[in-house]
Amino acid sequence: MPKISYAQAGTDALIEEMQRDPTTFHLATSAQDELVKEFGADRVRATPIAEGAFTGIAIGAAGSGYRPIINWGMITFSFVAMDQIVNQAAKIHYMFGGQAKFPITFRASVGGGRRVAAQHSQSPYSMFMNLAGLKMILPSTPYDMKGLLKSAIRDDNPVISFESNRLMGVEGDVPEGDYTVPLGVADIKREGSDVTLVALAWLVHEGLAAADTLEKEGVSVEVIDPRSLVPMDEAAIHASVQKTGRLVIADEAGPTAGASAEIITVVTEDRETFAKLKTPPKRVCALHVPIPYSPGLEDHVFPDRDNIVAGIREVLDAG
Amino acid sequence: MTLTREKQIEMLRSMQTIRRFEERASDDYQAGAIYGVVHCYIGEEAVAVGVCAALNRDDQIISTHRGHGHCLAKGADLNRMMAELYGRQTGYCKGKGGSMHIADFSIGMLGANGIVAGGIPIVTGAGLAAQLEGKGRVAVSFFGDGASNAGPFHESINIAATWKLPMLYVCENNLYSAGTIAADTLALSDVAARAAGYGIPGVVVDGNDVMAVYEAAEAAVSRARAGQGPSLIECKTYRWRGHTERPGQEDPRPKEEIEEWRQRDPINRFATNLTDQGLLTEEAWQQMDDEILAAIEDAVKFSEASPFPDPEAAVEDIFAD
Ligand SMILES: Cc1ncc(C[n+]2csc(CCOP(=O)(O)OP(=O)(O)O)c2C)c(N)n1
Ligand SMILES: [Mg+2]
Repeated sequence: MPKISYAQAGTDALIEEMQRDPTTFHLATSAQDELVKEFGADRVRATPIAEGAFTGIAIGAAGSGYRPIINWGMITFSFVAMDQIVNQAAKIHYMFGGQAKFPITFRASVGGGRRVAAQHSQSPYSMFMNLAGLKMILPSTPYDMKGLLKSAIRDDNPVISFESNRLMGVEGDVPEGDYTVPLGVADIKREGSDVTLVALAWLVHEGLAAADTLEKEGVSVEVIDPRSLVPMDEAAIHASVQKTGRLVIADEAGPTAGASAEIITVVTEDRETFAKLKTPPKRVCALHVPIPYSPGLEDHVFPDRDNIVAGIREVLDAG
Repeated sequence: MTLTREKQIEMLRSMQTIRRFEERASDDYQAGAIYGVVHCYIGEEAVAVGVCAALNRDDQIISTHRGHGHCLAKGADLNRMMAELYGRQTGYCKGKGGSMHIADFSIGMLGANGIVAGGIPIVTGAGLAAQLEGKGRVAVSFFGDGASNAGPFHESINIAATWKLPMLYVCENNLYSAGTIAADTLALSDVAARAAGYGIPGVVVDGNDVMAVYEAAEAAVSRARAGQGPSLIECKTYRWRGHTERPGQEDPRPKEEIEEWRQRDPINRFATNLTDQGLLTEEAWQQMDDEILAAIEDAVKFSEASPFPDPEAAVEDIFAD
């Protein structure tokens, strides 16, 4: 199987889906050469820097039979389009009684680690999870990037693809040609029996490294990557926690009202799973601060493999 | 540009239907049968009807919070509209939308919208779809003078102008945005003048003259269908009623001003015009009005007889399957 990068896997997904479906087109504030060459300037357009307008344009085109793919660049810039995302895209299918479909893919990079400070280092997916009417994926490998993005493009709803900028250059095995990864199906990255680690995006990789470390101490960690946040594969998380009785969540976002909080609630609200818990769940998240610039500050804010190891030990020590 | 007698009579019927529909909606709102908030279009009927008369069924429009007129002018069904206001299962949106969120995608009506200027980018996307499709369809954005001060208007018009999208931007300048006088938030006397900033035609028309509106729309539609891009049409008009139907709102508008605009009633003007031309008799006009009132009465009966949605349906239609 060829090894390609996470970023390239995204582009490959786009190219294959745009070849497959003539109703797809692409809008972003810059037009990627590779795409323009293949599909022409009509289907691959550079927009003015007007995120609100081109997000809305996607909605209207989707409601008129097209399947737009939008790249906001960074999730940061999507905030300029908040009305169109929150009041329009998320609600339009519902508000109008399901009359029309709005198949739109929104791509955006998330995460920190690039020394670009607060405005350009964000992982605000839970802000979007809080809205009913949007699906969202969070791939952690090149394989999942291509497979999930294809599913997102084929989905008949607005789907946001949160793409970790720490992973852009990471390479992995990606089969050539068509395959999809369904939305709402978690990936058990590693089986284990002592503790369940639900890790998101970049922290899947840190979590696997942490599991290696702990294995040497005789601790068996089950690592789960939910892969999509909406819909969330709750069944996979329940099954794992029922088996291990312990839960740690690793997320690059801050903890407050985050995906991590949601996952804990999913677990503790379920009687059967709650009954199997041996210790309180634990979150290993970023600190609840805007992301600072200076390397020592930034690294202090984000969790890594060491923090995950420490978090897991804490849970194990608790009983 | 001469329209057939039939077409002109249809336009008059459409205008009067909007007026009678809203008179009834307002009464039923006061009576508690319609909930939330209702914004009436009465006094501005010539704009929606004049523009929609220049459109085909598969052309698309988007509306605002003041949306009943646009829906009806595009050919929406009275029963399903009234039932939506009544919050019934048989309404256009199965009772999920109400007055501010009526849509009928099957006739190219992409929805009323509760966010000022929120619909402008969306319908610009319909314009992009029309361009990509290449079948000569056009898309029309209706919005108020207030919306013309908001970012989405400027961003969308710039994109449409640059990409030469087959669009009409129709500003309904009723001189107020809610309780605010337009001139207090808009440095130009004409919104249409802004078109120059985007390199597209901008025209001011008497928004209470349905034929003038039609002619301006027709010219802009021809231009759009010919691939020459968007136009901005500003229709000077006036709403007769308060910003919403909620009782006891402050209204900054002088009584004399309201009365003056009532004298320019777009419906009376058009009916008189048709009568003068010998295209309409007094009896035919009366009969048309009776028919409209009967149809609205039927729509109310239909709504009253329709069930409310099953509360469990609240969790349906979040996603398309
Ligand atoms: C973004 C936004 N801000 C404020 C409001 C509240 N609001 C509803 S209608 C309205 C006035 C709109 O004026 P205009 O665009 O001229 O339309 P008109 O009501 O005169 O038809 C306002 C401020 C809103 N719905 N959306
Ligand atoms: Mg106004």
